[in-house]
Amino acid sequence: MKRKKTLIIAITHMALVALSVMFILPLLWMLSTSLKPIEETMRNPPVWIPSVIKWGNFPDAIRYGERELGYIPFLVYARNTFLLAILTVTGSVLSNALVGYSFARLKWPGRDFFFAVTLATMMIPFPVIMVPVFALFKQLGWVGTFRPLWVPAFFGSAFFIFLLRQFFRTIPMELSEAAKLDGCSEFRIFSDIIVPLAKPALATVALFTFMGTWNDFMGPLIYLVDQNTFTLALGLQAYQSQHGGTQWNLLMAASIVVIAPVIVVFFFAQKTFIQGIATSGGK
Amino acid sequence: MKSPRTHFRKVESINGYLFALPYIFGFLALTAYPVLYSFYLSFTNYSVLKSPQWVGIENYRELFTDDVFHTAIKNTFIYMLTAVPLGTVMAILLALLLNTKVRGMAFYRTLFFIPSLVPLIATAMLWMWVFNGEYGLLNDGLRRIGVTAPNWMGDPAWAKWTLVIMAVWGTGNAMVIYLAGLQDIPQNLYEAADLDGASPWKKTKAVTLPMLSPVIMFNGIMGMIGGLQQFALPYVMFPGGAPARSTLFVSMYLFDNAFNNQRMGFASAIGWVMFIITLILTLTALKVSDKFVVYDRS
Repeated sequence: MKRKKTLIIAITHMALVALSVMFILPLLWMLSTSLKPIEETMRNPPVWIPSVIKWGNFPDAIRYGERELGYIPFLVYARNTFLLAILTVTGSVLSNALVGYSFARLKWPGRDFFFAVTLATMMIPFPVIMVPVFALFKQLGWVGTFRPLWVPAFFGSAFFIFLLRQFFRTIPMELSEAAKLDGCSEFRIFSDIIVPLAKPALATVALFTFMGTWNDFMGPLIYLVDQNTFTLALGLQAYQSQHGGTQWNLLMAASIVVIAPVIVVFFFAQKTFIQGIATSGGK
Repeated sequence: MKSPRTHFRKVESINGYLFALPYIFGFLALTAYPVLYSFYLSFTNYSVLKSPQWVGIENYRELFTDDVFHTAIKNTFIYMLTAVPLGTVMAILLALLLNTKVRGMAFYRTLFFIPSLVPLIATAMLWMWVFNGEYGLLNDGLRRIGVTAPNWMGDPAWAKWTLVIMAVWGTGNAMVIYLAGLQDIPQNLYEAADLDGASPWKKTKAVTLPMLSPVIMFNGIMGMIGGLQQFALPYVMFPGGAPARSTLFVSMYLFDNAFNNQRMGFASAIGWVMFIITLILTLTALKVSDKFVVYDRS
């Protein structure tokens, strides 16, 4: 019995090691490529450890083709993406907190029906509403600006409303009632009592919104026209398609620059991430 | 005179609407109106430059006989029906392995999770390099073990499978969800199974999977809805669904018609077909789940 148990543990470990190698190898390969001189990217069999570590690939990737036509202003993309991320995170946290609070802690006629409808809208595929929303923004003269990419964040999103409602409901109603007896307005109760208690849930919303904006490809693809307004996701794609004979070392370096902030955020907010994803899994 | 109670209730209602106002507006302008308007547009000829012209069911009739659309539907379904189950199996396997409370669990969890953090476009770039026929990592590995390496991205028979492999690689999100689900299973169920002398395999089959089934169901549905909308990866990796339209997905065809051909009415019809497929899939999944899913946890 004991021996059987040790055997199972050994097999588990072996499986975990083998699988983690499979999962991490592509990323190590990217890192290795990003530090190689160009000739060494075209070797067969491939070289894992570059003969010289070319840190210079990173500045080269960022400033790629500075003096040529079709210059890719990578830092401009980064600035645009950060700007959009700040706007969407602000809008998303503000609006979803208010709306989630209303659904969780205030009673109004039609609330439960409207909440059911809100949940149902999560099933609507984005492409269904893509054309009318585009036409709407076109009429407003917003195509080619950042507005279609951040203004909607200020009007709430079904998934985050759901997430926050669930959280707000776990806070005892007695807190609100006591504050009301003391003459607190509803907004004061919200901003001074409930919001401070809901920080972990709000952090989850902020985090997921940030990730969504950082990752978004279709939105910028539809609405952004001028290269100077591109985001990193869009810019990275342009990088690849503009250069027939792709310089893989530079492209991998550029990709790492796009990935790095996300990984940094992950290591600072690991707990928020893991808990947020776990609660989003239909529990 | 009104009683103070009705007064309070009225104030609360007004506050309720005020707090919900951003979403009430957002719902009307960015969800309800677009859904209804796209339904109307699907019966018209429309480009942003000209106002819609009613054509009845013409767009749907065209879809019915459009070979390119059929290819896109077929590709999308093949992708959905392979990537979602394989991704689910991998996610559950990883979660089960991690749930054995081996040492270094947090470390492994991070390792498996990191790929799902990589932004889609960077994922595309990374794997285009891994799948590179000549210098790619994968084919080097295959050659070493004596397998004839395919030209992954250039061969219609293989191109689709690159996306399936990438989906399995990015399954870390689902793994975290399953892991949380596993940790929710009451320990006494396992103790009872131990008393009955159940083997680990038996315990997995009789306790773990049934208890996990609601989570599997939910994630399966969400995975299928997501898979149906697969866009960014094939759009970047395989422009125009190349090679030989083997990677043309429904979303790409829709996007192409809406923004490159200015056929927005036709694109809306494609969108509605997607919507209806989503509804059918979800309802079927819920129906089937009545048979297999254990919702009662008492």
